[in-house]
Amino acid sequence: MQKSIYLPLVAGFALCASGTVAQTPVLQVMTYDSFVSDWGPGPAIEAAFEETCGCDLQFIGTGDGAALLARLQLEGPRTEADIVLGLDTNLIAAARATGLFAPHGVTADLDLPITWDDPEFLPFDWGYFAFVGNAGAEAPTSLRALADSDIRIVIQDPRSSTPGLGLLMWVKTAYPDSAADLWADLADNIVTVTPGWSEAYGLFLEGEADAVLSYTTSPAYHLIAEEDDSKRAWAFDEGHYMQVEVAAKVAGTDQPELADQFLAFMVSDAFQSIIPTTNWMYPAVIPEAGLPAGFETLITPDLALLLSPEDAAAIRDTALDEWRNALSQ
Amino acid sequence: MAQRAVAIAPRWPGAAAAALVLVLTIGTLAAVGWRAEWQRGLSPADWAAIRFTVTQALVSAGLSVLLAIPVARALARRRFRGRSLLITLMGAPFLLPVVVAVIGLLAVFGRAGVVNSALAWLGLPAISIFGFHGVVLAHVFFNLPLAIRLILQGWLAIPAEKFRLAASLNAPVGRLLEWPMLRRVVPGVFLVIFLICLTSFAVALTLGGGPRATTVELAIYQALRFDFDLGRAALLACVQFGLCVVAAAIVWRLSLVDTMGTGLDRVVQRWDLRWPVLDYLMIGLVALFLFTPLCMVVWRGLPGLALLPADIWAAAGRSVIVAACSALLCLCMALALALRGGRVMEVVGVLPLAASGLVVGTGAFLLVYPFINPARLALPITVLVNATLALPFALRAIGQAVDEVARDYSRLGASLGLSRWGWVRIVVLPRIRRPLGFGAGLAAALSMGDLGVITLFAGEAQQTLPLAMYRLMGAYRMEAAAGAALLLLALSFVAFWICDRGGRGNADL
Repeated sequence: MQKSIYLPLVAGFALCASGTVAQTPVLQVMTYDSFVSDWGPGPAIEAAFEETCGCDLQFIGTGDGAALLARLQLEGPRTEADIVLGLDTNLIAAARATGLFAPHGVTADLDLPITWDDPEFLPFDWGYFAFVGNAGAEAPTSLRALADSDIRIVIQDPRSSTPGLGLLMWVKTAYPDSAADLWADLADNIVTVTPGWSEAYGLFLEGEADAVLSYTTSPAYHLIAEEDDSKRAWAFDEGHYMQVEVAAKVAGTDQPELADQFLAFMVSDAFQSIIPTTNWMYPAVIPEAGLPAGFETLITPDLALLLSPEDAAAIRDTALDEWRNALSQ
Repeated sequence: MAQRAVAIAPRWPGAAAAALVLVLTIGTLAAVGWRAEWQRGLSPADWAAIRFTVTQALVSAGLSVLLAIPVARALARRRFRGRSLLITLMGAPFLLPVVVAVIGLLAVFGRAGVVNSALAWLGLPAISIFGFHGVVLAHVFFNLPLAIRLILQGWLAIPAEKFRLAASLNAPVGRLLEWPMLRRVVPGVFLVIFLICLTSFAVALTLGGGPRATTVELAIYQALRFDFDLGRAALLACVQFGLCVVAAAIVWRLSLVDTMGTGLDRVVQRWDLRWPVLDYLMIGLVALFLFTPLCMVVWRGLPGLALLPADIWAAAGRSVIVAACSALLCLCMALALALRGGRVMEVVGVLPLAASGLVVGTGAFLLVYPFINPARLALPITVLVNATLALPFALRAIGQAVDEVARDYSRLGASLGLSRWGWVRIVVLPRIRRPLGFGAGLAAALSMGDLGVITLFAGEAQQTLPLAMYRLMGAYRMEAAAGAALLLLALSFVAFWICDRGGRGNADL
């Protein structure tokens, strides 16, 4: 009994301890959850930036990219975040509409398959969505072929996850006029629709499906971290929709110089060389040492599909309705 | 609800607990609605979500309760080796975080699972767990044990003296004792499970198969996360409350006042038992259904234990502290409300079940944000919200016991001139140890596995074990995540076991 009375006190002290602020200036970067985890880029990037900035870099992790935006909208202009890192192009329009962001002012040679000239949102990594299946199994060569096959896939719900939303955009850009038909044909291939990427990928690894919606870079994780070359991303003729992950400076930041310094650091070699084997995405700028060994085995689509933030926002509701109607039959 | 002849317990703690619950449920909803720009009403898709949600919740709750009655009956009247352990273990599925339970169910009913392997071996076609039946299966897996425990408590609350009297008269026990008890207990149990299934999110989404299996909670999620349409989120949360109110109103009409009378807590000696085989068959089947997936979680998780990163232990420690604080707080609130008694207690005790975790989290964020950086409050808020969300379960276990003590002993207490605190300490607490321990165990374990509020508030340094598990999955480390799931299962279960054991003492259950 006595013990339990102590516990709130212990919790309270632990919080106070973590809340004490050192004299060094603090730069707060709000990002998604997996970025700050031990296995994500967060810890290495924190160490690398703090070597040069004379500051304390703090990450605030919040769910996924969509949760990140919602958190920012909740906090509004009074947010303590100086940098927001981890939105993607499908979320940029809504993020821009908050009016919370300032121009980044960085000019860097980005190694993206598309040109990038957004004044506020600066990419730090990118990847192609792809279906990932097992080596040796039947591999369709297009969304259409997948829809016509008996292959069983798991996808994510576009109403609760960013990859799910990405697939919606993929189908809509590849089949602008017949997206609804494609979804109708895909319906019998879909084992289930999960709330997020983790659940879907888990189901695939458990053998519940032949393939899962993920990234062309997913096999790199298995190859490099697990020395397992049994996973393959399927190359599709229609092209692959891209996810470009971006960061931006919060206009009301109390550390504008540090924030600018961080954005410049973000496209530097030190930051970019950490990305491939921690976030398992392509770096926005290819590091001097090149991509890690193993990345050369990945498929590289001939055609990169991407809607502008405004177009993506404009067609989202239509695409969502088509998806829902086709899969509810 | 029983009207007390004299005020026998202090009333302010109950009022304080009720106020806290109201702030965290209605208050957070109001905070979300206050910030909203109201745009439009419910879409046809929202109505479809409401229909699906209600249908699956009705079926899931109905099946859970129907299956629980014979099992609870068998457990109430049979004595066998390992019975006590079995009853404790039965708490486990309910305490599992959703994603862990889904892993276990898939290992049994999935494409490469035990059942389909057996079917393939027999040359029979495979079954699929995905779809409406998958949702119901998972909900029954989760809630059947809870239903069994709650109904079993009803059985054990029938005084042994009544059975002896019935025996001496050779009267039908079923009609005289068991049926009235069931009529009193079952509607409440049904309501609790119905509401749990009503607010289900991840189960329905993972096993539902697609957009047909959309729940109201998902619509709230979408409104908050992707559309940032606070008005629609608040509206949908109101719909959820509305469904709860309707369900509760129906249940209250069905509920009856207890007429069992007072006993001296003797162990029941049953004389009317034939057909023991049937009872044991029921118990065996239910144990098989509940424990095979759990065993699979353990089996899958064992290799992952070696892969766990060092900071998982800090996360586990944080989870244990949160669970302990939350169980203590939940228990105090439940006791305060139960002693206060009456309709207020009943309403307040059901409200958290109808609340959307996401709306509660968002609303709490909005309430806290003007005053302090929410990240600093991540753990205290998690404790507070978890305690509130677990309150209905604790209250369901404790409330009835307290009412019975009050009805049976309040005159005695008054005639002895006990002070209000003395009454609670000397008469009430010793007599409600069993439900008290059960309630605390549930609260601790539920809090341990919770992944709702923390994700909205957490900063870098505050990850809990479920959050760490999700982060492992997000970093492709599925095997390590399975290890974390096993750790979580073990901790939840131990927390439940300690509280439950402590509450039982030497009572025979």
